[in-house]
Amino acid sequence: MRLLGGSAGSTAPKAAAGPAGARTLRTAHVSFRVRPRSVLVVLAGLVLLALFMALDIGRGDFPIGVGEVFRALLGAPENHFVVMELRLPRALTGALVGAALGLAGALTQAISRNALASPDTLGITAGASVTVVAAMVATGSAAGGAGGALASIGIPLAALAGGLVGGLAVYLLAWRNGLDGYRLILVGIGVTGVAANVKWWLFTLGDVNDAGRAMAWITGSLNARGWEHVRPLALALAVLVPLVLIGAFTLGALRLGDDPARALGLRVDRDRSLLILAAIALASIATAAAGPVEFVGLAAPQIALRLSGTARPPLVGSLVIGAVLTVGADLIARTAFGAVELPVGVVTAVLGAPFLLYLLVRSRRKAAL
Amino acid sequence: MSVAVLPVLRRHRTPVLLALVLLAALAALASVVVGAKQVPVTDVWGALFHPSGSEEDIVVRSLRLPRTGFGLLAGVALGVAGALAQGHTRNPLADPGLLGVTQGAAFAMVLGIFTLGVTGLNTYIWFGFAGALLASLLVFALGGAGRGGATPLTLALAGAAVTALLHGLISGLVLIDQQAMDTYRFWQAGALAGRDAGLLPQLLPFVLAGLVLAMVNAPGLNALALGEDVARSLGHRIRLTRAIGITAITLLTGAAVAACGALAFLGLIVPHLARALSGPDHRWLLPFAGLLGAALLLAADVVGRIVARPGELEVGIMLALIGGPFFVALVRRRKVVRL
Repeated sequence: MRLLGGSAGSTAPKAAAGPAGARTLRTAHVSFRVRPRSVLVVLAGLVLLALFMALDIGRGDFPIGVGEVFRALLGAPENHFVVMELRLPRALTGALVGAALGLAGALTQAISRNALASPDTLGITAGASVTVVAAMVATGSAAGGAGGALASIGIPLAALAGGLVGGLAVYLLAWRNGLDGYRLILVGIGVTGVAANVKWWLFTLGDVNDAGRAMAWITGSLNARGWEHVRPLALALAVLVPLVLIGAFTLGALRLGDDPARALGLRVDRDRSLLILAAIALASIATAAAGPVEFVGLAAPQIALRLSGTARPPLVGSLVIGAVLTVGADLIARTAFGAVELPVGVVTAVLGAPFLLYLLVRSRRKAAL
Repeated sequence: MSVAVLPVLRRHRTPVLLALVLLAALAALASVVVGAKQVPVTDVWGALFHPSGSEEDIVVRSLRLPRTGFGLLAGVALGVAGALAQGHTRNPLADPGLLGVTQGAAFAMVLGIFTLGVTGLNTYIWFGFAGALLASLLVFALGGAGRGGATPLTLALAGAAVTALLHGLISGLVLIDQQAMDTYRFWQAGALAGRDAGLLPQLLPFVLAGLVLAMVNAPGLNALALGEDVARSLGHRIRLTRAIGITAITLLTGAAVAACGALAFLGLIVPHLARALSGPDHRWLLPFAGLLGAALLLAADVVGRIVARPGELEVGIMLALIGGPFFVALVRRRKVVRL
């Protein structure tokens, strides 16, 4: 990706072949490089995502063929209720949550320059877990119980608030004369440790049944997700994703380190802050919708990086891989064990980890982050 | 401590080492003296050296001494293992469990309970130890299988992937099996109390062997911090150094977590705290981390007994509540030394 503005002379888009098959597209004001392999990964991911979603929608107590699923999606009256009202919202929630976590993970890893960083290490997951477990214990059966509408609105709101507070706490505590990736990670460790243990302590306070419900939530689940979960999620992503993709042109220079990035004319702290805040918002919203779905934020960027052979986690690639991983895991979680339906968070790691390991073992060059 | 003190301390490391020994000894003493039952210090002394069979003697000898012993063992082991793990992966997010050791131990225990109906702490501790060994072997094999061999990045990623995989499998198993869930819940929180004192001498050889290997590993680890090529040109054998380090991590962490539960936070923050005192030289960092780990774990355990009298707060929770804010404050003052 070029940082400096486009070449002034050319007005019509023109393409020039760069090294490693990459092509540089130039218009009057912007120029950017397109790598065929990255594009291929994104396209293949989208095809796989569509297939997984169709399978996910088709499988269940009332099986529907893939062809019929697509027909129902295009407006055919048969199976309309099952597809549009019951199963599509769930599959969409999974895809959007995975996309948000994948993108947030790619941003976090690129900024901290650490392959083990993810939304989980920024205090978002732990913060959301504390407020949700607290809310469930406080409004649980012992305290009269809050069910129905209050639970279905209150729990996501509690999770959103907790995630944002956790993430912002890490961000603010890490800020000291500027934002430094290393300090961000260390402060994240501290805040996550405290929040996680407050969560376990809250667990021991509550009634056994509330603890069970809370446990199911903190594993991450897509069970019984409807349009009321999809709409806010889709709205937030529609705003945040384009902003991130436009704002992320500084990532390439930020990776060089503070001084070279400043020398290239970046306002390092401001640019880094905006991207981290976007990552916090994306991950908090995803966690509010589905609970903390494990491992997607860490694995999706690393898988995307290895598939497309780039030097840093590709943003669009991570987004698509995150969605594929989550929907694929939900498909297995719903159908692999007959009547027993596992929470999706249990399966994301079982599905994603072997694939990441395979990519690691197969890699022919030393990857770096 | 003011900003200027730490660099001075880093130049006078022998007195600091002695101070840390004293700190760990004080924490151990407090752990024997403080508890739900008040026992005066003189009676503790009597119980230790001239036991008369009184109630106080029984409390001190059969409850508090083993508990203190497990605290020392786990604290030293996890502190040193954390420092080794961060040194080998050169990643500040590495903890002793990163190489799959902790979740390997948990998975073997849960599987033992699920398939063989294993009961009793003394049996499943050995399941845990075996699981820890197998998991770290797997991580080392996978992390080193690529073209470049075991680099810090491939080790860290292979460890994170195996850990996540095992964690997912554990979650699936405990959803099915109530008894496994119950054991796992308490193991995950971590505790020093209620362990059989007879286990201490059985685990001690493993920890001692791990500590010896760790100290043998220190010069090689210092060279590796300069980069693999420089280390090789200085005459270090990279594969051997990595293998020794990972064996040490496995022995130390396996023994500690099998006996006392996950306690992940300890091995994560103690190396950062110790590095602030010692600087990056592993020959000093490893003993500093071990002593600091023991002192912090025992102190958290003692405070957990005081704040919730007559009950107790679990040591893992106290550790995070005390250690977390302290750690964040330290990081904010730019006192940590980078890897």
